Amino acid sequence: MSQILDRHYANPDVLVSTDWVAEHLTDPKTRIVESNEDTLLYAAGHISGAVHVDWTSDLNDQVRRDYVGRDAFNALMSRIGVTRETTVVLYGDRNNWWACYAFWVFQLFGHTNAKVMDGGRLKWEKEGRPLTREVPQYPATSYHAPERKDAAIRAFREEVLAHVQRHGQLVDVRSPEEFSGTRLHMPEYPNEGAMRGGHIPGARSIPWARAVNTEDGTFKSAEELRALYMEQNGLSPRNETIAYCRIGERSSHTWFALKYLLGFENVRNYDGSWTEWGNMVGVPIEK
Amino acid sequence: MNPPSLQKLLDTFAMFPDPADRIELLLSYADRFKEVPPDVARRPFDKSHQVPQCESDAYAWAVKQPDGTLALHFAVENPSGVSAKALAAILQKTLSGLGPEEIESISPEIVEQIFRQNISMGKGLGLMGMVNAVRALAARARS
Repeated sequence: MSQILDRHYANPDVLVSTDWVAEHLTDPKTRIVESNEDTLLYAAGHISGAVHVDWTSDLNDQVRRDYVGRDAFNALMSRIGVTRETTVVLYGDRNNWWACYAFWVFQLFGHTNAKVMDGGRLKWEKEGRPLTREVPQYPATSYHAPERKDAAIRAFREEVLAHVQRHGQLVDVRSPEEFSGTRLHMPEYPNEGAMRGGHIPGARSIPWARAVNTEDGTFKSAEELRALYMEQNGLSPRNETIAYCRIGERSSHTWFALKYLLGFENVRNYDGSWTEWGNMVGVPIEK
Repeated sequence: MNPPSLQKLLDTFAMFPDPADRIELLLSYADRFKEVPPDVARRPFDKSHQVPQCESDAYAWAVKQPDGTLALHFAVENPSGVSAKALAAILQKTLSGLGPEEIESISPEIVEQIFRQNISMGKGLGLMGMVNAVRALAARARS
């Protein structure tokens, strides 16, 4: 795959290569963070010096359906030895699906000094780079996040409904079967289903993984992404856009691609997604 | 009812309710995983032995021994398939040497007993697919 700069992204600084990470393993200004779906993976081997952030226990509130508040986020960042100035580099399994999700949550607290390692675990492993089981310990920091600010990048159901009524841009990143309503949940995720199948009216079906090269998990070039999102599906980078999936994790990957790689001006992730919309009484649905 | 060898292992896992301890135990099995020997199967593996639903690209074989028991073998092609390797090692250790009827009687629910909170929904179904693949191989060997 070509170098990141050769792919002409709107914000290339948000991606780093596996080479870059290999050169910054001991950089005290950088913290490498692994976030996976598979909870065994980090323990089985991770990039030297990388810390683990678990999307369920570290990023989600443990009682109500929401993300952690400022105090819990401060505690997390303190535990992994991150200050407001630290460059956080996220990577993980499944083509960085969970890394992008963690990146999005970090943005709710304004940690803009964050990047994603292009290709994630898959590329690192395919390149035969070393992994370790040694869990690093970093001195706890005193991290002071601002209050969580959802408005700019997170959409709620009433906002989505208003967006639908004014025929705004919506991207459904689930599988075609979920989009059409023939399937009520993602293949192999039966517990995250909904009472109704289909999609939010007006949404374009653009499965999230079409933004990556399957052989190494890297993001496709800006030209390829433009062809996918703009030419084939008619999205405009100037129009307000909302992406959704099932619980907001796959759509955080698409949010990342649209906002940073293509420079869409106003993109939000609807994390309520189909598990909320497909269960709500009275909202419009298309099949 | 599970075969005694499998039940003994499940009882051991039940003694480790803490997720971190359980991860260590699972990793110790993953580390002991031994791929299918070349006299049983070579790459490219026959797709008829591929485990349906398993995102770790796992394969399973059951070789009938002269005494009528089965020897189980596995391959896991995804380098990140740590959970699949752990389960393969467990199934091989506890079920190899048993008769087809005993192997066929095991329940896919053992996946939940072994992995508990250390498993995502998708991965859980894939691992249950491994158990079901072994049961199907046992049923075929019995018929």
